[in-house]
Amino acid sequence: MFETMTANTRRIEGVNIVDLSGRITIGEGTIVLKDTVRNLLQRNEKKILLNLADVSYIDSSGIGELVSSFTTVGNQGGKLKLLSLTKKVHDLLSITKLLTVFEVFEDEAKAIQSF
Amino acid sequence: MNSSESTVELRIQSSLDYTDLVENLTNNLTTMAGCDSDHAYFIEMAVREVLINAIRHGNQFDLQKHVRVQFRFDAARFEVQINDEGRGFDYEHLPDPCDPANLLKSSGRGIFLVRSFMDDFSLIYVPDQGTEVKFAKKLARP
Repeated sequence: MFETMTANTRRIEGVNIVDLSGRITIGEGTIVLKDTVRNLLQRNEKKILLNLADVSYIDSSGIGELVSSFTTVGNQGGKLKLLSLTKKVHDLLSITKLLTVFEVFEDEAKAIQSF
Repeated sequence: MNSSESTVELRIQSSLDYTDLVENLTNNLTTMAGCDSDHAYFIEMAVREVLINAIRHGNQFDLQKHVRVQFRFDAARFEVQINDEGRGFDYEHLPDPCDPANLLKSSGRGIFLVRSFMDDFSLIYVPDQGTEVKFAKKLARP
């Protein structure tokens, strides 16, 4: 079996940093991401930074959930940005042209300042 | 791994419960074939995407229908063929997921990713049988 997807949220200077770990794939992985973002929005937390440093794998459903989260947060007047992509995840977002959609950061402090 | 071709085939019910099993088998076979980590990753991704399409869109989770996965590989090439028992779809007219009008859609990227990362790709619909997807990666050798 593959590792379970986990999401742990830290709050720094009003920004919710979600440390994701594992695989964002159809089923459990995408559900964890969707529920995490939905729970933040229900608490009126609209500044969300997804830390993907420990995400080993994203399939097309996972990419779709990232996009869906991005639009859901945006539609509620918030911002969802990405932090610390691995090379493979970076390549996936590049080839799908989604690097033109997402704001991506390598440095957490700079990402927090950008909100 | 010698240069002779190896073939492995399995047939599963149309349930996503089997995707990890097929993915693990794929990883074992790419290791046997001597794939480097990048090639193994891309092949694993392609198998996963096409398999999920076959279960979800092809066979529509009908447990009476099956998906057949066949791996063929030698020292130079890793080829996969996946057959479902569905009604097919208009592959030639799939929307371009990179079109600005489609960038914010939450689906429609699976086949695009497979085509992007594989060296060969084909998809045909055989009436009364289902969809057959074939893709292959050439294996780089030092």
